[in-house]
Amino acid sequence: METRYSRQTLFKPIGEKGQHLLQQKHVLIIGAGALGTGNAENLVRAGVGTVTIVDRDYVEKSNLQRQQLYSEQDAFERLPKAVAAKTRLEAINSQVDIRAHVLDIRKEELEGLLKGIDLLIDATDNFDTRLIINDLTQKNDIPWIYGACVGSYGLSFTVIPKDTPCLHCLMETIPLGGATCDTAGIIAPAVQMVVAHQTTEAMKLLVNDKASLRKRLISFDLWKNEQSTIDVSSLKNKHCLSCGTKPTYPFLSFEKQLKSSVLCGRDSVQIRPSDIMTRDLQALKEQLSHLEGKVESNPYLVTFFHQKHRLVFFLDGRVLIHGTSDISEARTIYHQIIG
Amino acid sequence: MFIQVNGKKDEVPESLHTIADLLSHYGLDKKVVIVEQNGVIIDKTTHSETLLTADDQLEFVHFVGGG
Repeated sequence: METRYSRQTLFKPIGEKGQHLLQQKHVLIIGAGALGTGNAENLVRAGVGTVTIVDRDYVEKSNLQRQQLYSEQDAFERLPKAVAAKTRLEAINSQVDIRAHVLDIRKEELEGLLKGIDLLIDATDNFDTRLIINDLTQKNDIPWIYGACVGSYGLSFTVIPKDTPCLHCLMETIPLGGATCDTAGIIAPAVQMVVAHQTTEAMKLLVNDKASLRKRLISFDLWKNEQSTIDVSSLKNKHCLSCGTKPTYPFLSFEKQLKSSVLCGRDSVQIRPSDIMTRDLQALKEQLSHLEGKVESNPYLVTFFHQKHRLVFFLDGRVLIHGTSDISEARTIYHQIIG
Repeated sequence: MFIQVNGKKDEVPESLHTIADLLSHYGLDKKVVIVEQNGVIIDKTTHSETLLTADDQLEFVHFVGGG
């Protein structure tokens, strides 16, 4: 065996056998923000066979303080996070098959990505997506690792279908809309602590060492010097509609198909047209050049500076409208420009 | 009254009687939170009936969305 992974194979619970297992595995990471970049870098360095990373956003300067795969140049070029992450990850470890998708994950998209996946890592920033992940992984019998953080606080839980409670069991009442919006800032070490928990649990699962899984819900506050773990196995609810004996997967069936959503703490609205699957960015650039405002582009997106707003058009049809958190105002601007 | 919260000793006002009182005291009453009191998870529907006692060992984990 080559020396690349020698320090990891020397670690007994992994060993040569575990390393070989890691190289056979495929991990799907949803989100390429703070948690996503941290987990992706760890797993790619560790030599996981295939890593797929999905994200709907592009790199901005305010990401650089904690989203460890990105550079100033990525922010300057407004590269989609999935694209910038793939480039950096391939430079770190060319032996790993790294796949990237610039996508806003809903039920259909996720369903297509789950084939052949051994493990899913949650690096999203909202509960809408997490509950779709929770239902679909139950349906497809795939383990996933919840992680989240805000300020100096973070928490994580490993969901194993049939074995542990699921996120729906733990949360019962789901925070709606704005209740999940975290505007308290975040420090990088809080991210890294959640990432450490997620990646370690991922490695245990990938080398088939289930006995070593933490099995408890863990939370910490690095600034307040607090840590807490709770054995939540008693919360596994046999009547749970997501993981109980008669599942209906409620977050798949009554999926609201959010056409527009406010991005947390970003003063931005995402509009997702139901009728557009791919947008012709060349034609759009031409169309925008007749309007008042500056147009900038890269192969993945077109940015249009319109009065006090900035509109970013993606290949998959989505538009981010920066400078407002009012959905109806955003829709008006969208229709004024696109017609 | 002294209690132990997430591994740390804390003095809370005697006016707090229940788990629900304690959650508001810590600003967690509006959050989705799992509460463990002396090793037992307390059902959310009984937070306002479950009494606090001095030297209780409590663990709180609240859910956040960021990432």
